[in-house]
Amino acid sequence: MSKLIRPQALPLSVLEAQYYVDQFNATYGDILDRGDYDAWVELFTEDCLYKVIPRENHDAGLPLATMALESRGMLKDRAYGITTTLFHAPYYQRHVIGVAQILNDNGSEIRATANYSVFRTKPGSVSEIYNVGRYLDLFLREGAGLKLKERVCVFDSEMILNSMIYPI
Amino acid sequence: MNIAPSPLPPLDTLPTWQDAGSSRIPFWAYTDPQVYRRELERMFYGHGHWCYVALEAELPKFGDYKISYVGERQVIVVRERDGSLNVVENRCAHRGVRFCQKPRGNARSFVCPYHQWTYKLNGDLAGLPFRQGVKKDDGEVQGGMPADFDMKQHGLTKLKVAVYNGLVFATFDQDAPSFEEYIGADVLPWLNRIFDGRKLTILGTNRQRIPGNWKLMMENIKDPYHPGLLHTWFVTFGLWRADQQSRMVMDEHGRHAVMISQRNAGGEAKAVTEGVTSFKKDMALNDMRLLDVVPEYWWKGPTVTMITLFPSVIIQQQVNSLSTRHIVPSGPDSFDFVWTHFGFEEDDEEMTRRRLRQANLFGPAGFVSADDGEVIEFSQSGFRQKGADGATLCELDGRGVAPTQHMVTETLIRGMYGYWRKVMEL
Repeated sequence: MSKLIRPQALPLSVLEAQYYVDQFNATYGDILDRGDYDAWVELFTEDCLYKVIPRENHDAGLPLATMALESRGMLKDRAYGITTTLFHAPYYQRHVIGVAQILNDNGSEIRATANYSVFRTKPGSVSEIYNVGRYLDLFLREGAGLKLKERVCVFDSEMILNSMIYPI
Repeated sequence: MNIAPSPLPPLDTLPTWQDAGSSRIPFWAYTDPQVYRRELERMFYGHGHWCYVALEAELPKFGDYKISYVGERQVIVVRERDGSLNVVENRCAHRGVRFCQKPRGNARSFVCPYHQWTYKLNGDLAGLPFRQGVKKDDGEVQGGMPADFDMKQHGLTKLKVAVYNGLVFATFDQDAPSFEEYIGADVLPWLNRIFDGRKLTILGTNRQRIPGNWKLMMENIKDPYHPGLLHTWFVTFGLWRADQQSRMVMDEHGRHAVMISQRNAGGEAKAVTEGVTSFKKDMALNDMRLLDVVPEYWWKGPTVTMITLFPSVIIQQQVNSLSTRHIVPSGPDSFDFVWTHFGFEEDDEEMTRRRLRQANLFGPAGFVSADDGEVIEFSQSGFRQKGADGATLCELDGRGVAPTQHMVTETLIRGMYGYWRKVMEL
């Protein structure tokens, strides 16, 4: 590389936030890919917001989401739906989450974004690109780790391949 | 039992429906490409059928447009200066180019990028480059359109449009009856109950691609038998189940229908929950706001009305959640399903939030609707593996067609196929 881009502009605290958020996202993807929805719920604060929203709505300022959960209780209800009430063909998910971009860190809360793609593989079938988008996140620093106060998944994919059962 | 797949029929013949009724629907009705082509011509493009294209509230201002579909044909719905709406086909009269590529926007005219043919918002051809040819310095004129070229003959295909209390429908059939006549006196009051002229607000869109025949979605919402069995939320929380007071209404042709019901307290009730594995006796929500139902003045009794307007749209009121669900077919074995959730301008902030929360039950990820898309995919897979021989069985509550005062019936599906057979001449 001939030219380094603003390495000295990154204070150590940002590097720290970067490290925490990227580690968090790696864990987040792993938990969903393993289908551990109880653990997924634990990654959020009590009064969290979790949304999966088409980019079309997000860009137009329209509020409708594909999934819109406003508390950890609602996340639990979704987890129960996935495991117990929603009838669906099973599929694997595989998350590939890009390096986060730290937008703001005030010491207690971190605003960040990261690109993601989720692949879907149904039993006996090929892998498909299922959902592609961007996380808009607000993390709360809690002890040595982070919790999600807000995760809004804004997805580009103009068609959901039939249904969306598992979280993104 | 014959397990060998039946041979493919020759290309120039359509299959034959063996019996006289409409309670056994042959699998070929869902899989045969020639049958599908006839469906497009007769159900979506002709025979006086009106298709849903938009909600008026999506296009509030002069020049606002959106791309929509009638069958597989892409159309543009656009607001005129005088407030009326035009629907024109998105296909240039010159070389057939699908010229409009932005899904929504605002325009004063449409210009095809290929040769810059320009159209007014009503589809009239307004102008084209080099129509009179190109004049050289010595006065010689080169090229140009023939002298008898008539601008009036070369506009975009214009559809007949019906705007009904905020709903926008269109048809390629210039001889179609009025929209009201098309819907019929039995179904129209149920449309008026939701769309009484109040201004709507758009909450947003969800899109899903379902690998199944488009009619399976119409059937799904003409099938009051399944919701209390497939959908845990419906049977457990009393949103739709067989011990509720219900009515099945259809138009005189059997093509449109309304499933009407009134919510009950849910919980255990031997006749409808015993042996039903989707019923969860001890299920309780961690966050009750997901089902914070508040009755509205215009309900006048029913808590749910599911309206199927053949062939293109389903209109949903399930407690406080409202949506149109547009069916866009794409070959015999796939369709796109486009949900537009809406409310009313008179809604306060609380009601809007409530509608959005209850939207968690519906749409591609819905606690209830997600499994409908799934079972439609499984149905299509089953039809495909059997070949032309198989048929579905729709004989709950008999083999005839008539409105009912209960939901233990498949009469609405039989009604639709009775009509389908007549129009398809199959």
